[in-house]
Amino acid sequence: MGFFLKLKEGLKKTRESISRKFFEAFKTKELDQKFYDALEVALISADMGYIATENILNRLRTEIPSKKISKPEEAKTLLKKILLETIDYEIPNYEFPLLILISGVNGVGKTTAVGKLAKLFVSQGKSVVIAAADTFRAAASEQLEIWAERAGVRVISHSEGSDPAAVVFDTLISAKTKGTQVIIVDTAGRLHNKKNLMEELKKINRVIDRELPNSDRRNLIVLDATTGQNAVRQVEVFNEAIEIDGIILTKLDGTAKGGVVMAIAEEQNIPVYYAGVGEGIDDLIPFDAKDFIDAILD
Amino acid sequence: MALFKTLSLKINHAFSKIKNKSGLTELELKEAMREVRMALLEADVNFLVAKEFINKVTSKAIGSDILRGLNSSQQVIKLVNDELVELMGSRFSKLMVSDSLPSVYMMCGLQGSGKTTMCGKLAKILAKDNKKVLLAACDIYRPAAIKQLQIIGERSKTQVFEKGQIDPIIISKQAVEYAKTNGYDTVILDTAGRLHIDEKLMEELRSIKLAVKPTEILLVVDSMLGQDSVNVADRFNQDLDISGVILTKLDGDTRGGAALSIKAICGKPIKYVGIGEKLEDIEPFHPDRMASRILGMGDVLTLIEKAQDAISEENAKKIAKKIKNSSFDLEDYLDQLNGIKKMGGMKDMLDMIPGLSGKVSAKDIDDKSFDRTKAIIYSMTPEERHKPEIIKASRRKRISKGSGTSVQEVNKLLNQFEQMKLMMKKVSSGKFKFPF
Ligand SMILES: Nc1nc2c(ncn2[C@@H]2O[C@H](COP(=O)(O)OP(=O)(O)OP(=O)(O)O)[C@@H](O)[C@H]2O)c(=O)[nH]1
Ligand SMILES: [Mg+2]
Repeated sequence: MGFFLKLKEGLKKTRESISRKFFEAFKTKELDQKFYDALEVALISADMGYIATENILNRLRTEIPSKKISKPEEAKTLLKKILLETIDYEIPNYEFPLLILISGVNGVGKTTAVGKLAKLFVSQGKSVVIAAADTFRAAASEQLEIWAERAGVRVISHSEGSDPAAVVFDTLISAKTKGTQVIIVDTAGRLHNKKNLMEELKKINRVIDRELPNSDRRNLIVLDATTGQNAVRQVEVFNEAIEIDGIILTKLDGTAKGGVVMAIAEEQNIPVYYAGVGEGIDDLIPFDAKDFIDAILD
Repeated sequence: MALFKTLSLKINHAFSKIKNKSGLTELELKEAMREVRMALLEADVNFLVAKEFINKVTSKAIGSDILRGLNSSQQVIKLVNDELVELMGSRFSKLMVSDSLPSVYMMCGLQGSGKTTMCGKLAKILAKDNKKVLLAACDIYRPAAIKQLQIIGERSKTQVFEKGQIDPIIISKQAVEYAKTNGYDTVILDTAGRLHIDEKLMEELRSIKLAVKPTEILLVVDSMLGQDSVNVADRFNQDLDISGVILTKLDGDTRGGAALSIKAICGKPIKYVGIGEKLEDIEPFHPDRMASRILGMGDVLTLIEKAQDAISEENAKKIAKKIKNSSFDLEDYLDQLNGIKKMGGMKDMLDMIPGLSGKVSAKDIDDKSFDRTKAIIYSMTPEERHKPEIIKASRRKRISKGSGTSVQEVNKLLNQFEQMKLMMKKVSSGKFKFPF
């Protein structure tokens, strides 16, 4: 089939990394149509989405002439600046006691992120407790218990099928009596278009509102960097349900670059807090917008 | 701003401009195709696949008589649809069965793609086919992965073979041996999720392949994957020569551009799709239905099939007949409503209904409105249920009082019922056209 053959050929190029595509774009001699076409391919390959990509290209098209830029190197600096403006946020410092509510669709890396976060806070000398509020998935609490053990923290869990809000309630009571500084809540994966599951999440959120009205509280959504434009919807709907404060972007150790956070930033002011870069307990790093952009472009 | 509309809406929009125009200029065609391209990209179709697709459809359209003929926009739409179907594979392909038993199915894929759950789903399907299935726990890395498979084994009433955290190559070999000596005719290997660029772990899969010579190697992919889908599929295919693909999480609202891309890149059939967290939530992949879903026709066929599953066969035949001779009445509708609960609730079905997909969000509908509809029908006399056209103003008032609803609600229901009847008739007579 001619179609497949043609694709295969094109794929030889595709398989090369996204940075390679940016390299191709910026090695053009002139900032002409060819440059913009190559750049479009690179931005789209990074999952920035068609619309965000066009917005970025349009800004370049106006700013490049007005700033009298003629060298690709300068255009690259400008592009970096534009991208940085889009996703560079000031994240307010944590105050303790602190509650982090983790949510997201299935399989994105929530439980792993909870384990990594616990370790992060322990290494800062904080006391941590985890709520195993995924009472739905098979072996979810066993998985979390292993992570808790690795991080050396307590975990509160109920039996499978029990009410997740009740697990959270018990954890909060326990944390209050023990004076625990950090509470991390792991929740079941849920697709954002399932209304009943989103209601369940809202209920968990309400329990926390009620029991811990004055503590610092961050609702973090976990996004898988391999996810495409659907991540925009995920953030939108989770945000509608429980007001999301930030994003944890996982699986950045693969070949996907998670450029969808650019598309998300165009629509919503939600910063990325952390990046997941592997399956080890230390593979979670505070998100640095500049490093992130450099990693995509260079 | 509705920046991120669904693919179907976008394509509908692209063609709304050329709708019902007979005779298109090449320029107009290209303009429409530009919008199709945009829609494909926003739906996560890989940029290269989108490009080739657009080129192919465009040149086909130009090379044919379509542009000059009557109803050319309809024909272009048909062309887009046909190409989409062709690209995704022409028909449902079942799992292969090995001559020398047991058949071995090896599952592989990225982390979090849904392999373990899918193992349980396949086990259930195969058991229905009278196969004796053994699940083998070869994910020794992820915490509690074995435990998860054991629970899924319990739920699907399938035996699980596990050896703890020893070399997965040895586990898979022993599992196949165990199956042979204990009368299992099917083995499903649940391997750990891994990155396609993880040399060491990809080597592990190659070794398992070498050791047990699987009947099928199935790549399990998340239908929400972005542009990277081609890299993932291509690498797994290059390393393992996979035999098929399984798409998961299609019950989300992703347009599933990855499905298109993966099929285009590795040319292997998509065999099954996962459509929920329960072990029954699996369906054979139907390329034509997927294409029509993407194009906004709604997955009419799946809807009908599900309905048939939920109602009895006999009942379904009765309904089909009623639809055909236009005697489907509100009484039957009531039966349907009661059956919908069995089909998994209204929200799942919304996206499958033509003209509704993408236009109605889950927010607009709640199960209460469902109960109100039922209440309205319960307040009608048998004659009214049978001949809704006799329900005029005074009857409407009475019904609304009886059911504790408003006259407007009664009106709405009656209108909707009329529309639905019309639609059903079109579908059943095969005259159903694109809704744009
Ligand atoms: N390569 C890589 N894998 C990751 C990363 N984070 C998580 N994973 C893997 O992704 C898989 C799913 O992770 P989980 O933490 O179980 O995901 P989850 O969101 O809790 O899943 P559910 O609770 O089933 O919805 C596991 O195999 C993890 O090891 C990451 O940053 N990089
Ligand atoms: Mg989890």
